[in-house]
Amino acid sequence: MTTGQAPTGAAAPAGSWTAWLRTRISRTVPPGQVLPDRQPAYVASWIYVFGVLSLAALVVVIGSGVVLSLGGVSWWHDSSVGHFVNSLHLWSVEIFFAVMVVHLWGKFWMAAWRGKRGLTWLSGVVAFVASIGTAFTGYLSQSNFDSQWISSEGKDGINAIGVGAYFNVLNPGQMLMWHIVLLPVAVGIIVGIHVVLVRRHGVVPPLDAEDPHADRPRMEAD
Amino acid sequence: MAVHDSAALTAGHYIDWGVISISVTNAAIIGLMVVVFVLALVLPFPRPREERPPTRQGEP
Amino acid sequence: MATLSPPRARPTTPDSHDFETRPYDLVKEFVIALAFVAVLTTLLAAVFSSPDEKPITMQRWATAAPGDVVATAVGELAGTTTSATYGAPYSHAAQGQTLLGVPLQKWGGVRIPVSSQDLVLQPLTGYAGDPRVAAALQLWGGASAQQQQAWATTYADALATAGGDPAAVPRGAYGPVPLLAAAFLQLARTGGLEGALTSSGNFYGGDQTRSVLLLADGAYLEDQAVAQHLGGDQWGMMNETGNYPGQPWMWLYTFWYQVKPFSTSPNADAQVWGLMMVLTLALALVPWIPGLRSIPRWIPVHRLVWRRWYRTHPRQ
Repeated sequence: MTTGQAPTGAAAPAGSWTAWLRTRISRTVPPGQVLPDRQPAYVASWIYVFGVLSLAALVVVIGSGVVLSLGGVSWWHDSSVGHFVNSLHLWSVEIFFAVMVVHLWGKFWMAAWRGKRGLTWLSGVVAFVASIGTAFTGYLSQSNFDSQWISSEGKDGINAIGVGAYFNVLNPGQMLMWHIVLLPVAVGIIVGIHVVLVRRHGVVPPLDAEDPHADRPRMEAD
Repeated sequence: MAVHDSAALTAGHYIDWGVISISVTNAAIIGLMVVVFVLALVLPFPRPREERPPTRQGEP
Repeated sequence: MATLSPPRARPTTPDSHDFETRPYDLVKEFVIALAFVAVLTTLLAAVFSSPDEKPITMQRWATAAPGDVVATAVGELAGTTTSATYGAPYSHAAQGQTLLGVPLQKWGGVRIPVSSQDLVLQPLTGYAGDPRVAAALQLWGGASAQQQQAWATTYADALATAGGDPAAVPRGAYGPVPLLAAAFLQLARTGGLEGALTSSGNFYGGDQTRSVLLLADGAYLEDQAVAQHLGGDQWGMMNETGNYPGQPWMWLYTFWYQVKPFSTSPNADAQVWGLMMVLTLALALVPWIPGLRSIPRWIPVHRLVWRRWYRTHPRQ
């Protein structure tokens, strides 16, 4: 299929923003690589599952958060079901951070930034940091003793750098909205970029792997 | 008047070593992460069917 | 597909799409991962639950530590509490913290103005019905700032000498302060203090800024936190009440607060933040930092990851 052409086969109008966007999107990832059913043969270690585990954990974090939001801000105090969902949210977050950090360890020791994958590494670190910020606003939104203490301590760090008036950790309403709207959107976008980059470049080859083109006929195409 | 200050009764267990002070739970989580990481590196990953050598009974 | 080449040529990384492949079901992998995490989460939640310690109400504070409430109220009137001497964003009372000499806190500006005296006076003003309180408020309001300060600091000193017990304080030139502090304690005991601070006059309330600042000006909140191992010099940032899992990922952020120079620095918060920003930047830029990016080559953990590949494709 040739990109840059309208479905009828006629050439796209010159200066068409739509055609430009369509072309850019279709070239983001090599053809067939958005959801390929084959992977390079060197992808053969349990360390590789921690990326998808991080993604899965994030889904459970968000899912449990969605259920929490159904009941409102005092549900987890007043109801045993609400408290259980609160527990689901806490433990999914612990799992999320655990598998994400193991994923980071694996990617570091594999030097996975090689082969123009620097941005993949960078977006991963940004996702990690954004997740920490999201968790922080979550702790501030509990409306319990933890929130009182964490906010009274946390304000010092944020005030010290002059940001406290705009990001008021003593304001539970603001913190909750950052936690359930702004930061999840940000994390979602960053994770989306990260995953697209992984699909774009493919899984990084082993260190010092020979270029297959150099000494053998090309294998069956993906 | 007696007030039930639950705080002192529910403080958790901590491991103190020099400047380090870590809760047993957190230490367990971090320890488990290290174990899982090592296991992920050393445990064999299943081979796909087309790579596995055929058994004596002759798999497809 | 060349990567950046420094003078000493590094091998380039081949295109991953040129390698031989084998079947791999990504969607099935994701579904299995999702099921695994969902089940594990449910098990952990069912077995271990989650913490939910009730917040400290002003009433509980007044009942458990009345001396602390009185001392705090007097401190607010004297302008000696933490919030009164904090600086931005609450007041101009101090410059605040600096990072490498840069007054970041001050630059933030006083955009959440909080008068510490008002934390005491405003709730009392709404304390309907007691003519003595009304008279005390009037006496306070009509006095000069110096007079107010003199009354409050003298009473604060006398209270401290008397071990925090107002009944043991000898007669002295305290003005309306003792009565105001006693009325404030009484208001806290009735349970109406938080409401007076946050929602009085506007029904739905603003936020808890003033209530938390007042509570944090006392010793009771911190005492409870330290008893739960949540204090700043107890690696508290990593911890949770009871035996619940905390925030292990905060280990490095809280570590710096445990050691000099940060543990004794008045600018610790700004300094630790600055240091962690640098370290985070370094982590993000690992691919471009010589030496750091070569560690995986020097310590070849990757040989375990790709051992099957290296067996069938020996390196030269």
